[in-house]
Amino acid sequence: MNWGSAQEFFHMGGYGFYVWGSYAVALLLMLTEPMLARQRHRQAKRDAAREAEDPASNDDE
Amino acid sequence: MPPTTKTGSAAAPLRFFNFAAPSRFYALTSWLVPLCWVVAIGFAIAGLYIGFFVAPTDRTQGDSYRIIFIHVPTAWMAMLLYLVMAFWAGIGWAFNARLASMVAQAIAPTGAMFAFLALWTGALWGRPTWGTYWVWDARLTSTLILLFLYLGYIALVNAIDDTRRADRASALLALVGSVNVPIIYFSVQWWNTLHQGATVSLTAAPKMAATMLTAMLLMTVACWAYAFAVVFMRTRAHVLEREAHTGWVAALVGRTIRS
Repeated sequence: MNWGSAQEFFHMGGYGFYVWGSYAVALLLMLTEPMLARQRHRQAKRDAAREAEDPASNDDE
Repeated sequence: MPPTTKTGSAAAPLRFFNFAAPSRFYALTSWLVPLCWVVAIGFAIAGLYIGFFVAPTDRTQGDSYRIIFIHVPTAWMAMLLYLVMAFWAGIGWAFNARLASMVAQAIAPTGAMFAFLALWTGALWGRPTWGTYWVWDARLTSTLILLFLYLGYIALVNAIDDTRRADRASALLALVGSVNVPIIYFSVQWWNTLHQGATVSLTAAPKMAATMLTAMLLMTVACWAYAFAVVFMRTRAHVLEREAHTGWVAALVGRTIRS
């Protein structure tokens, strides 16, 4: 164990800004990207459903 | 001529190229995506735990070195994903394989994100260790070019309305741009750079403590699984967008709407 207290952990030996600045942005982007991808997938599903209702384009069945 | 309607049935023999069919890929990835997330989150927790609580403070760099556990994996992924993207773009072009082109285009935003993170974490690590956020060093500059190549590729795909033409034109850009990846990798040997040489290489023993190396490799696996998960998610969206007119997508969305 490297840290005596939570404060020491967040201080990161004086490099808190650099270390947490790196991990915070990484976490933010790596949470945002999958959410955008999921949103796009849902939208594509909705659009495909709308297209499927149109009998003119639904010629495979 | 035998009827060809059975290609989508479960009785068809399982072959590698079966998954080149977008419908097969879509079904396969529906359970691969959650699996990748479990691996990504599990390995990230283990890697961060070892990186922050087990690995000791560095004698010369203090705790600033802990940025390595996110910096190196993201930089590796940025380079690797570019080569994977160029490979599938090339396959999609050469063999007229739709799914390969879709995968290539799904990789680009993830690769761009990793390239940005490599630069961002590198800047925040450079400040305390070199005294500057940025320097026009060969390693840093070629990584910045990598980010621009990803962005240029995305812009080119979106600029051309004809889908298959966009696939071919962007494939050319991706393949030509892949020259940059070995330049990034060997830049620390070819030029006198401020950026340090490779800490871990395939040919020599790692120049770091075992716990530090373990944390870095765990984080690399996590980033790898993350990339698989998010690229599969985006490819699934591409598949639905491009295949919306087909029978299998109609059946798929028809079912989900009624339930």
